Amino acid sequence: MALLEIKVNGRQHRLEIEPAANLLTVLREQLFITSPKVGCETGDCGTCNVIIDGKLRRACLTNAMSVNGSEITTVEGVGEKGALHPLQTSFYENYASQCGFCTPGMIMASKALLDQNPNPSELEIKEALSGNLCRCTGYVNIIKAVKAASDTSGQEVGK
Amino acid sequence: MSNLKVVGQSKRRYDGMGHVTGSATYVDDVFVPGTLAVKVLRSPVHKGIIKKLDISKAESLPGVHGVITYEDVPCNTYGYLTLDQLVLVEDLIRYKGEPIAAVAADTVEIASEAVGLMALEIEKQAPVFDPVAAVEPEAPKVRPEGNILMVGERPYRQVYNGDIEKGFDQADEIIENDFFFPSQEHAPMETQVSLAVPTDDSRLTIYTVTQGLYFLLKQIQRILGQGEDVSDRWSHRHQYTHHGVGYSDIKYVSCNVGGAFGGKTELHADAIAALMALKTGKPCKWRWTREEEQLHSARHSPWLMHFKDGVTRDGRIVARQVFTRHDAGAYTGLSSYVVDKHAFYCAGPYYLPNVDVKCQVVYTNKVPTGAIRGFGVTPGTYACEIQMNMIAEKMGIDPWELRFINAMRNRDQLATRTKLDSVYLIETMQKLAEICNHPLDAKFSAMNSDPREA
Repeated sequence: MALLEIKVNGRQHRLEIEPAANLLTVLREQLFITSPKVGCETGDCGTCNVIIDGKLRRACLTNAMSVNGSEITTVEGVGEKGALHPLQTSFYENYASQCGFCTPGMIMASKALLDQNPNPSELEIKEALSGNLCRCTGYVNIIKAVKAASDTSGQEVGK
Repeated sequence: MSNLKVVGQSKRRYDGMGHVTGSATYVDDVFVPGTLAVKVLRSPVHKGIIKKLDISKAESLPGVHGVITYEDVPCNTYGYLTLDQLVLVEDLIRYKGEPIAAVAADTVEIASEAVGLMALEIEKQAPVFDPVAAVEPEAPKVRPEGNILMVGERPYRQVYNGDIEKGFDQADEIIENDFFFPSQEHAPMETQVSLAVPTDDSRLTIYTVTQGLYFLLKQIQRILGQGEDVSDRWSHRHQYTHHGVGYSDIKYVSCNVGGAFGGKTELHADAIAALMALKTGKPCKWRWTREEEQLHSARHSPWLMHFKDGVTRDGRIVARQVFTRHDAGAYTGLSSYVVDKHAFYCAGPYYLPNVDVKCQVVYTNKVPTGAIRGFGVTPGTYACEIQMNMIAEKMGIDPWELRFINAMRNRDQLATRTKLDSVYLIETMQKLAEICNHPLDAKFSAMNSDPREA
């Protein structure tokens, strides 16, 4: 067993884990943080996206010990009911989810984008979400939601 | 109208807040302490006979709590309409990936290792994949009883109305075309997952991804209940190992579903998770890998459709003869229902006085097919509408006008001999033409769905 110290959604954790365990398993099965989903376990679908020290990463491809000492954010840490992040409000209001399984990963990828680039073009949004698969929506409302949550397009959508 | 509370308004998704905050619970997000991981030995061949299966090494691997084969299944046959599918293979393998044995262990890694330790000897047989080749007399048999589903005495489902030969005699042109509708995998973001939890009150709780809770409850009850249908028994609680598991012994819990599109209508993971829970007395979770989901879950069947229409010079379709092959894969599943739907809808929303639709279910050594987005109807409608366009081209008639000429009206009779009332196809098409600025001849703008003159 190995000792892992990580901060998840602002809370410090000290855990004994299997040295080979990936971050997704540790988050889900040891911390019961379940918004990162198991979609493919090969880094293809993006449902397990988390932000580690400000960077978007696939939790399924991340060895947990390799991020020892890091700060991790999942969608639970982005905002909650009553205190939603603009992206969460925007996904909710723009019908950007259907089954909802890809939504946490989509929001994390969008947040990583807006943190770096608060006013992205549609092409930049598409590029930022190109690693996230959704089987229900056809992506249109997701892109609309990210646009609505970014700085200037909020006004455009309001028109 | 002003007192309407919902109509005319956009309402947020009732589950949308859970989606965006990560609090929505899917089956895989349900954790019960002490849950074992399930893995399944799947057939590595498309067709064959199991000569030997030795599970002793897997059973004795530290961390393994139980291994099951078909001998552990109280009733090994199930199905929606035809009880021909097996929970675990007995001897004849009919498709690649068919479950043969299952194991429950402390971790996924140990369970996978145990599957690798099962000694399996198979006598390979030649499979058949092409539904056209499968109906040839010398084709390898997918099932001992033959590769075609018999519908009564006939090797196809038939819908017949009028007099097809007379219909063709009245026609000025005969237009024949072949259509192919390929197979399709649903590929939901959430793979198949099932968590079965034995509880102290002799009940079994199953958390499922299914879209059809009551469809599958009946099937699970049959599998666990030694084939006896005691679905009406609500008050008697028995030990599961006993004869007679009833509906009330199973608590079937549906969670948020991570995409299904029909693909979570079949009994994919629940029976084996339940059987493992009964074998070990512990909660058991079986989550399919992405690879299993893509390769081994039920899919949209491929269809081959031949349409032959008799058309008069003024655009009336006076006869339609259809022959369709539906590739069911290795088991019947919902196929007998699907060919019904297909046969009923092949004539489209058109009044065709003489109709002969024959629709054949063919078995091949492929993954069984299942529900997906209007299955049966979708391929038939696709072929019908493309055929309409091809008729229009051949006859030199505007494709819109061809549809007006043949559209169903009130008191018209479907090929299934149902008389229709409240038909608004003509009015709908007029509105559509208006919306997309398609000019219509005055004759068609003035039409309505009133009964045609005798």
